[in-house]
Amino acid sequence: MGESSSDESDTTFQLYKDRREWKDVTPVPQDDGDQPIVAIDYTEQFKDVFDYFRAVLQSGEKSERALNLTKDAAALNPANYTVWQYRREILKALNKDLNEEMDFIEKIIVYNQPKNYQVWHHRKVLVEWLQDAAKEKYLTETVLAKDAKNYHAWQHRQWIIKTFNLYDGELEYIDSLISDDIRNNSAWNQRYFVVMGTTGFTEEVLNREIDYALSNIKVVTENESAWNYLRGVLLHDKCGLSRNKKVTEFCEELYNSGNRSPFLLALLVDMCSEQVSQGNEDPLYNLERAKNLCNELSEKYDTVRAKYWQFMAETIEKKSKKEESQVEAEN
Amino acid sequence: MATPIKDVILKENAPVTILFDKHIEFLRDYGKDDNNFEFGMTDYLRVSGMYWGLTALELLDQTHSSPQEEIVTYIKNCQDPETGGISACLGHDPHLLHTLSGVQILAMYDRLDAIDVEAVVKYVKSLQQPDGSFTGDKWGEVDTRFSFCAVATLSLLKRLDAVDVDNAVKFVESCMNFDGGFGSRPLSESHAGLIYCCLGFLSITHRLDLVKRDVLAWWLCERQLPSGGLNGRPEKLPDVCYSWWVLSSLTILGRLHWISGEKLKKFILACQDTETGGFADRPGDVPDPYHTVFGLAALSLLGQAEIKNVNPTYCMPQHVIDSMQLSPQILRD
Repeated sequence: MGESSSDESDTTFQLYKDRREWKDVTPVPQDDGDQPIVAIDYTEQFKDVFDYFRAVLQSGEKSERALNLTKDAAALNPANYTVWQYRREILKALNKDLNEEMDFIEKIIVYNQPKNYQVWHHRKVLVEWLQDAAKEKYLTETVLAKDAKNYHAWQHRQWIIKTFNLYDGELEYIDSLISDDIRNNSAWNQRYFVVMGTTGFTEEVLNREIDYALSNIKVVTENESAWNYLRGVLLHDKCGLSRNKKVTEFCEELYNSGNRSPFLLALLVDMCSEQVSQGNEDPLYNLERAKNLCNELSEKYDTVRAKYWQFMAETIEKKSKKEESQVEAEN
Repeated sequence: MATPIKDVILKENAPVTILFDKHIEFLRDYGKDDNNFEFGMTDYLRVSGMYWGLTALELLDQTHSSPQEEIVTYIKNCQDPETGGISACLGHDPHLLHTLSGVQILAMYDRLDAIDVEAVVKYVKSLQQPDGSFTGDKWGEVDTRFSFCAVATLSLLKRLDAVDVDNAVKFVESCMNFDGGFGSRPLSESHAGLIYCCLGFLSITHRLDLVKRDVLAWWLCERQLPSGGLNGRPEKLPDVCYSWWVLSSLTILGRLHWISGEKLKKFILACQDTETGGFADRPGDVPDPYHTVFGLAALSLLGQAEIKNVNPTYCMPQHVIDSMQLSPQILRD
């Protein structure tokens, strides 16, 4: 929740009840019923602005002064969606220059309310009305420069990229974010979004993305986001999780170098699980190794999730027995 | 590269028991304090705010002390005669979030008769889009949160048949990501709060078969940090509200035991304010009813004896769900 903040400093704010040009309007106080369940202490300015806002809402007045009033009301409480709705109705009715409105909402988003649903929605409606997304990438980049994981900004960015086909340059942008913070999960997710929206995971792209994930894992091996991305990419490998040579060689080398990142061990467990459930007797990815890895994880490297690793060991063992009995039945 | 894991450190003098009486006092007095300007700002989320506070009180077995009749009248007056939806506060436009909160409170008091149920049904129905998704209000913001709100509201009113459930399921399914999680829209980043909404949705519609159960449960377990607290996305700080969203999701998946309940409990208890009562997002921050209800509900799922059982799908007292004969799907072994 934000602080009260209008463009002008509060000391110069003249209450609506003292403004000559508003003399014809009777303010409508908040109706909390006869016995308010929760007593609310509004500041004088807050009460004044909203008493007049309610009056305008009731009379349906759509005028310049009403537009300015919604500006004050929105500044005091940007999360009040009724204010934004009414403001849009006035904008339409007065046929206002929407580019001015774009500048206004941009300031509020960037400086004031980057995590507020209503302001982002207002922005989206304006872009739809204008059918112009030229400034949107820049806007989201400004917000993401301050908080690279802002969900609203990412949502807006995905919407404009998809709607206006603005995929160009996105991989490069993501790259710059990941080199700033290799653990930025939002950026990793965006990478998936771009591939899915453009080329899809063709063999060439699959290779490229595996290389990308592995080279980043090499830098920080305990990075959940990069490992998750690698798993996501491998969903598109027809050979599965455990038959991509580049990946298995990378993992084995990392393991042999003494690395015990829980994410590495977790992937190895899943590789074993895949081979076991296919009934293969792989020298590297088998039940014995899975059990050892799960043990190591539950006792040493990821103790907080010990129950999960015990479950995994049991599940893989069950799979292997099922496979055995199936093989016997076939013989 | 210096990229340490984001987490908090619990202080040695942090509370380790539940401050039962303090919380009751905190919830009763919230909003009465004249200096509480924050609350003055919250008319736009009043009905949801009431749901948080009243559910928390009910979980502490203290509902008898709240002014039920006034609350029922207030919600009744917030129902918009034109659309049928419920608004945050008298004079505001209706919204699906508050429609669910209002219906939840009335269901808890067994007073659904107070509102025009068919009008609510009509309102929810009007928000469904051709692709099966729901918007939160007539202005058209689409989000999986609203898919949950829609089916939760309708199921509490026993009118789930009023919307195209199959199509609604298709939309939620299209928001499933490669990591097994869910985002707000197709290909949006997985987020624990939205995962709760989607699992809650699939629990109510009995379509948990669509979920990659153990892949998702593992992702959810990964949310637990060394402090014991849970975050909502990789590399974010732990927060009490995620204790609820992650824990209820794991409960729906039948995998609650995969995380360390003991460590999480320690984290949640450390987020209590020893002076004023109530829970904050993290130790030492300012408490509010929102984090208080989710902190209590999470402790309930962890088996805290002093707190009534909570239903993981609806975030409502289990006895209410039972007496309404609702049976949201829960996966068990």
